[in-house]
Amino acid sequence: MADYRLTFSKEGRAVWISHLDLLRTFQRAFIRAGLVVRHSQGFHPHPVMSFVLPLSVGQSSACELLDFSTEGALEEASLPQRLNDCLPEGIRALACAAPVKPVRELDGLLADVSLCYDSGVPAGAAEAIAATLLGESVIVAKRNKKKQLADTDIRPMIRAVTAEAGEDRLVLHAAVQAQNPGVNPGLLAAAVERHLPFLRPDAVQVRRRALLDRSGEPFR
Amino acid sequence: MDKKLERILPRVQKPARYVGGEYNAVVKDRARVDLRVAFCFPDTYEIGMSNLGMRILYGVMNQMEGVWCERVFAPWGDMEAEMRENHIPLYALESGDGVAGFDVVAFSLGYEMAYSNVLNMLDLAGLPLRSTDRPGLGPLVVAGGTCAYNPEPLAPFIDFFVLGEGEEVTPEYLQLYRRAKAEGWSKGRFLRAAAQIEGIYVPAFCAPIYKEDGTLAEMRAVEGSGAPETVRKRIVEDMDSAYFPVETIIPSTEIVHDRVMLELFRGCIRGCRFCQAGYVYRPVRNRSREQLADQGIRACQDSGYQEMTLSSLSTSDYPDLVGLCDDLEGYCVGHHVNLNLPSLRADNFSMALAQRLSRGRKAGLTFAPEAGTQRLRDAINKNLTEEDLLQSVRTAFSNGWSAVKLYFMLGLPTETDADVLGIADLARKVYFAWRECAANRARGVRITVSTSWFVPKPHTAFQWEAQITRAEYQRRVDLLRDAFQRDKSITYNWHDPETSYLEAVLARGDRRLADVLEAAWRRGARMDAWSEYFDFQRWVDALAECGVDGDFYAHRERSRYEVLPWCRIDTGVTPAFLRRERQRCYDSKTTPDCRTQCSGCGASRLLKGGVCNG
Repeated sequence: MADYRLTFSKEGRAVWISHLDLLRTFQRAFIRAGLVVRHSQGFHPHPVMSFVLPLSVGQSSACELLDFSTEGALEEASLPQRLNDCLPEGIRALACAAPVKPVRELDGLLADVSLCYDSGVPAGAAEAIAATLLGESVIVAKRNKKKQLADTDIRPMIRAVTAEAGEDRLVLHAAVQAQNPGVNPGLLAAAVERHLPFLRPDAVQVRRRALLDRSGEPFR
Repeated sequence: MDKKLERILPRVQKPARYVGGEYNAVVKDRARVDLRVAFCFPDTYEIGMSNLGMRILYGVMNQMEGVWCERVFAPWGDMEAEMRENHIPLYALESGDGVAGFDVVAFSLGYEMAYSNVLNMLDLAGLPLRSTDRPGLGPLVVAGGTCAYNPEPLAPFIDFFVLGEGEEVTPEYLQLYRRAKAEGWSKGRFLRAAAQIEGIYVPAFCAPIYKEDGTLAEMRAVEGSGAPETVRKRIVEDMDSAYFPVETIIPSTEIVHDRVMLELFRGCIRGCRFCQAGYVYRPVRNRSREQLADQGIRACQDSGYQEMTLSSLSTSDYPDLVGLCDDLEGYCVGHHVNLNLPSLRADNFSMALAQRLSRGRKAGLTFAPEAGTQRLRDAINKNLTEEDLLQSVRTAFSNGWSAVKLYFMLGLPTETDADVLGIADLARKVYFAWRECAANRARGVRITVSTSWFVPKPHTAFQWEAQITRAEYQRRVDLLRDAFQRDKSITYNWHDPETSYLEAVLARGDRRLADVLEAAWRRGARMDAWSEYFDFQRWVDALAECGVDGDFYAHRERSRYEVLPWCRIDTGVTPAFLRRERQRCYDSKTTPDCRTQCSGCGASRLLKGGVCNG
C-alpha cells in the first residue's frame, strides 16, 4: 500500500479535468508544495501516485482519494493546506492520512444523479424512475473490455435508489457497487433514457458523495 | 459557469480547454477594473498556451492597476458547432464573459494560416468583421505579432497593428484608451492619437494606390490623419529589466509546449537571408546568465514542471550557454528536471553540450542545413559547412543518438538541380558518419530528410524573389525522391505544397487580399493550419470570386523599385541592407555574423547607445 491517502473534492470548472490531466496536475502541485513524491524504479521513473476510483470527466465529487508515497515522512495535518495553495480552482485537499484499507476492499459508492428538466419535472417521474431502476433488470449500453458497446444489466450493481423531485430537477440518491464490477452512476441516467424515453432529461449532473467499505462505512 | 456552456461541454472533445480556472490564471473583480482586454490567440488552446509572447503580455497587462486581461482561443470544430447552435458567443476563459463586451480585443498573429481564424473569432464574438462597421470606440480590435510586419491582408479588419515587442507599447496604448474612454472620445480621435505612439500602425490612415499593372503606385498617408510616414517597430532595450513570466498559467490539460520556457535572448546574430525572424527581431539582446538561472529555477518551483526549454532563435549563440547550463544543472539534477536545448546550430554543437544532454533521454536530434551544397548554403548565408555538420552528427552518434532529422528548403533563390541532389549526398554522408561512429550499430539509425517549399517573406533579403511554381517544386521533389530510392535508412518527407502556396500569397499580399480572406472564410475556411480543416479549393474559389490572381503574389519577382505593401513599416533594418544582402546571395558571398563583424543593417539605431550587445 502507498504511504498516504489524500481526500479531496473536485468541483466547478475542475470537473472537466480528465483523469490523466488530474494526475499531472497533482504531480505539479506536489512539486510546488515542495513535496518529493517517490518515483518508481526503472528506465522511465514515474511518480508513485494513483486515484482509488477515477472519476468520469464532468462529474463532481466530495470524496476523491489519491494514494501516494513520498521520500521521507511528511506532516499529515498540514498537508491539505500546503497543497491547496498550489492547486487549481475547484480542487480542494480535505484530509491526509495513512490508508486504512487496501483498494480491493472498496465496495460501494454513494452518488447524486440530477436529472434536469427545463420545463419542470414531469408528474409521476420520481415514482416511475425509482420503480424502473429497482425493477427486474436495468439494461444499458456499456463498453465492454473489447471497447465495444454491448447491452449490460446493471441492476445487480444498484443497491438503493430514492428519487426526490424538485422544481426543475429530479435527484436520484443512489448507492451502487464500486468495483468487480462497478457501475458509473451516470449510467442510471442512461437507463432512464432507454427505459423511459418520455422522461429523457435535458441535462444530467452527477456528484459523487461517498466511497464505502464492506461494512458501509466511509472507505479510508 | 454558464448553464448553456455546461450542457455542451460533455459533448465536445477535451472540454478542459474551454473552462479556464487553471493555476495562476488571473481573476479580478469586475467592479474594480475599468479596462478589460480579451487577448485572442487565433488557434487552439493547446497551441496558444504554448506561446511565450502571450504569457508575457498577459502578465504585463494584468500587472496594471484596473486592467483585466483574459484569454480567448479558437474553439475546435465540434465546439464551434455547439456554440453556434446554442447561441453562445465567443467568451474569455477567466470570466466567461462575451468578447463583444470588452474594451480591447487583441490578436496575436503568428502565421498566415491563422488569418481565417481571426475572422471566425470576430464573427463568433458577434462583432462586425470590418473596422468601418464598428464605429464605436470599443471594442477596439488590435493585432500584433510576427505577421503584423505585413499587416495589409488584414488591414480592413483591424483598427490598429502593434509592431514589434509589446512590453512597453501595450501599457502606452491602454493608458491612452483609458483616457479616451473616460473623456468620451470618438474612435477616429482615439486612432489619430494612437498613431502618434511609436510602433502603432493605423491601416485606415494609409491608402494603397495601385497602378494599371496591379502593382502598388504608393501607400499614401491619409491627409489630416497626422500619421507618421513610416512606423518603426518597438523593442525592449534592456532584457534584464523586462518582465519575465516566472509565475505563469499552468494548464490543467496537456498543451504542445508543456514546460518552462526560458527565453535566453531576442534577435539572432546569424543573418540567414531567407529568415524573417532573423531580420525583424534584430538587434540581439541577451538576458544575463545570473538572471536566467534565477528565473529558470523559480519558474520550475512555481510551475511544478519537470522540463525546461532554453529558447531563442539560435540557442547555441548564447554567449555563455555552457555556464548557464552549469548554473541550472544542480537544481535540475536534484529535482528530476530535464533540460531541453532546441535550435542548436550544427556548427558549434559542442561535446560538452552533447554529454550534458545525453544524461536525459535521447530524443532525436534535428539539424537544419537548409540547403544541400556549400554554394547554396553560402548564397543563403547559412554559415554552416559540411564538415561542421558531419562533426556534429559524429559527436551525436558516438554519444548514443541514433535518430537524426535534417531540414531543407527547395526553391531557394539560385537553386539548381545540383543543389537538390546535394541534399541526398549530404544525407548519405550523415549515414556514413553513423556507420563510422555509432555507439551501438545494432540499434540501427533513422535519418529523416524533410523539405519544405521556400516561401519568400517580407523584410528579408528575398522579399523581392518569386516563389518557384508548384510544377517546378514537384519536379524537384521527384528528383530528390528518386535519388533516395536505394537508401533504406533514409526517410524522405516533403511539405504539402498547398499551404506553402497560400502562405506565399498572404505573406506578401496587399490589401486586396482582405476580400479573398473574407470570401474564403465565408466558404468555411478556418483552422487552416490543421489538415483536418484545410481545404485548398475554398481558397482557389475565393481568389477566383474576388478576381485576384494568387500567382501575382506568390510567383512574381518584384523589381527593386516596386512599392511593397509593407513599405510603411520600419523594422530597423534598412532596405539598402536587404538589397545588398540579396546581391551577395547572387554572388554566393557570405556575410559574417553580427559578433564577428557588424554589417551595418541599421537595427542598432533602435538602441539608445547605438551599439548592439550581440
